[in-house]
Amino acid sequence: MSGALAAGATAMLPRCVFADVATDARFVLVLLRGALDGLAAVPAYGDGAYAAKRGALAITSPQLKLDGTFALHPSLTQLHERYQAKELLVFHAVASPYRERSHFDGQDLLENGTGTAKAAHDGWLNRALPLLPEAKRRATDRIALALAQNVPLVLRGAARVGSWAPSRLPETDSDTLQRIADLYSTDDYFASRLQSALAADSVAGEGMSVGRRDPLNALNAVAAAAGKFLAAADGPRIAVLEAGGWDTHANQGAERGQLANRLRGLDQALSSLRTALGAAWARSAVLVVTEFGRTVAVNGTGGTDHGTATCAFLAGGAVAGGRVVTDWPGLANSALYEGRDLRPTLDVRSIMKGVLASHLGAAESGLEEQAFPGSRTARPLGDLFKHGLSG
Amino acid sequence: MTLDAVIAANRFGLGARPGELERARDDARGWLLKQATGSRPVPAEIRGLPSSAEIFKTYSELRRDRDDAKSDKEAAKRLLGGLRAKLAPYYLDQVAARYRVAVASEESFRERLVHFWTNHFAVSADKPQVLALAGTLENEAIRPHVAGRFADMLAAVEAHPAMILYLDNQASIGPGSQLAQRRNRRAAAGDRKLGINENLAREILELHTLGVDGGYTQQDVTTFAKALTGWSLGTDRPFLGGELGKFAFHDAAHEPGAKTILGTRYGQSGVAQPRAVLADLARHSATARHVAFKLARHFIADEPPPEAVERIAKAFRDSDGDLPTVHRAVLDTPQAWASPAVKFKTPHELVVSSLRMLDFVPSEPRQVAAPFDLLGQRPYTPCSPAGWPDTATHWDGPDALLKRIEWAGSVAGRVAAREQPLNLGQRSLGAALNERTRTAITRAASAEQGITLLLASPEFQRR
Repeated sequence: MSGALAAGATAMLPRCVFADVATDARFVLVLLRGALDGLAAVPAYGDGAYAAKRGALAITSPQLKLDGTFALHPSLTQLHERYQAKELLVFHAVASPYRERSHFDGQDLLENGTGTAKAAHDGWLNRALPLLPEAKRRATDRIALALAQNVPLVLRGAARVGSWAPSRLPETDSDTLQRIADLYSTDDYFASRLQSALAADSVAGEGMSVGRRDPLNALNAVAAAAGKFLAAADGPRIAVLEAGGWDTHANQGAERGQLANRLRGLDQALSSLRTALGAAWARSAVLVVTEFGRTVAVNGTGGTDHGTATCAFLAGGAVAGGRVVTDWPGLANSALYEGRDLRPTLDVRSIMKGVLASHLGAAESGLEEQAFPGSRTARPLGDLFKHGLSG
Repeated sequence: MTLDAVIAANRFGLGARPGELERARDDARGWLLKQATGSRPVPAEIRGLPSSAEIFKTYSELRRDRDDAKSDKEAAKRLLGGLRAKLAPYYLDQVAARYRVAVASEESFRERLVHFWTNHFAVSADKPQVLALAGTLENEAIRPHVAGRFADMLAAVEAHPAMILYLDNQASIGPGSQLAQRRNRRAAAGDRKLGINENLAREILELHTLGVDGGYTQQDVTTFAKALTGWSLGTDRPFLGGELGKFAFHDAAHEPGAKTILGTRYGQSGVAQPRAVLADLARHSATARHVAFKLARHFIADEPPPEAVERIAKAFRDSDGDLPTVHRAVLDTPQAWASPAVKFKTPHELVVSSLRMLDFVPSEPRQVAAPFDLLGQRPYTPCSPAGWPDTATHWDGPDALLKRIEWAGSVAGRVAAREQPLNLGQRSLGAALNERTRTAITRAASAEQGITLLLASPEFQRR
């Protein structure tokens, strides 16, 4: 953004307030769209039924072991380092309450937080924003940011949020922009969006342009941008990233191949995020989730079909890591969900609620009523963080 | 009524071209109806494009060269890059042809319907096998049936190589088929067993026909996937038969036996079995409801009134999926003519309507594709088999609005020398141009700024 325009944007917007130390916790939510195969990302190599059930997709002698039962996929080397540094929690046999196998309903439910697909047009993270202590200090669109042109469902709703994506378009001059802002001034729908966009853009500053053609590089660049936003003293505290390409119905590969490349891209992106966060990493938590898992058995085309439970990751300097958190149901025939999928034993909302309560300081009662209505059975997980409230 | 002409050209059509509001003025509904019925010659821009079979042949040759070179890693890598470089021009030519037709069309309601159905039966050029074929699905399976029967469009789409490859059905093999029996007998312990892939079956049920709440079960998905085994295309492995790059049914890969799907027993053998299932799905009442909802969402509102959906669904049921009848039901729905406009344009709609207003298409295919990419909707790459979302919340993010404004500025810069902003506003929006926008344009510092304001105005951003 040019200097003149930045000045114009400032004139239109209230100057943001510096966040104080008590609310310095950062949270990044990474949504993997398309259903990540949890048994590929976190192979249960120590489960007696694993090798036989997974067949050609089995990783039987993994290098990146987590414990006697679980390992990380060989592509996830930097995540493994975080695990050893006790900054990564790995969850397994995790699922949202969704039990069908449609991507679109599955993603909808993961994001709307209600326990039912299409039951709400807003997302749990948006509804949680007013519950955060930080929301008493500044406007919500200064707190939460979608790293995309458009806002994913999880962050959509009544609370205004920012969005930002790299651009290859020439900037509009500040006079024209001011006139457009005037034209919009009687139409709040357009006016509020333009304001939020200019606010994000003025924080982004220079050096944020990236090539978007390669989706893996794009995720990496966007993750680095997210880190830069969140590292700023007066920057946002919450960011949402998304990455597609996990729907591996055919030629998924095991140690190498399609999914291995995707996972390497994810590993790199999370590492770039950490680097960009700098000192703020110590107060950060990064949650990686997907809509559901995939079949335990390989299908007829070297891939896996839509399943149920999967894995999730929580990484960050604030995280009490170095553990695999699971009530492992096992892979024996009798243990599988509907005879084909990993059985869910942990509600992903328990992790989300744990992060909102212990890391971001949201009141638990509000979580129950607003963010995740009807989630009483999904108790917030404790012990996720090193010191109660990260800050 | 002059507003009817504006709605006809902008909400039902792809945006008013020069002189179009005058042509639609006397009988806006009749002007649209005529567009949605009868057959049309293939537009010249599209006639000149290679067919899916020709493209697949090239693809197969390129891939074979690469496979031959597999032992030599460097050579294989070079050839893989070559593969993409050789396939990308097909994609770009298809994109350029699509948008040349869309911008020049005098029947843009018909073109919008083509785009709508292409998005309903979405494939994505993000998948390498589909990159050069995505546009051929629209031209070979959608366009010929846009004023025909839904059942015929469904049959053509599901048998199109782009769809089969996109949803992985070419290698879905019945575990009890001759092929699997033979192979699995000889297979060593660690070898992969041949079997089914559920992807195509699931998406036909969930997205193309019944809809996610259409009443099918996981068992229906699995059984339908078995009925679809052998539903493939001719490849360069000739033992399975079929003409290279064209639909082929491989009896040897088909799971034998009767199948029961949604309570109906299908005792047919061979290709007759999946065809019978598709025919039943095409006329199912859940399909009527699902299609009607999507049309109502596209033409009326993100959350369309239930009575409008039911009117369209009834037309679908009563006519057995005759698309001109179904499309006419949309035009007959009073809510579809409401003003002011409430549908927030997708990037695709925004760019096409802008170019139609300006009567301008860049000459280079790469330049034709560029604005869609910049605004987050690269042609034929909807990221998922559900197609591009048709609701504002997916497109109206703050940053997306800023990108639209930036794009408007760059287009305005290119055309300002030859256009008067107020004339453009009159040409495109007629009586729907707001007084406030008119004043802002009048006071603009330059034609370029005036055109930017027009393109950015709330009434131009909606349809």
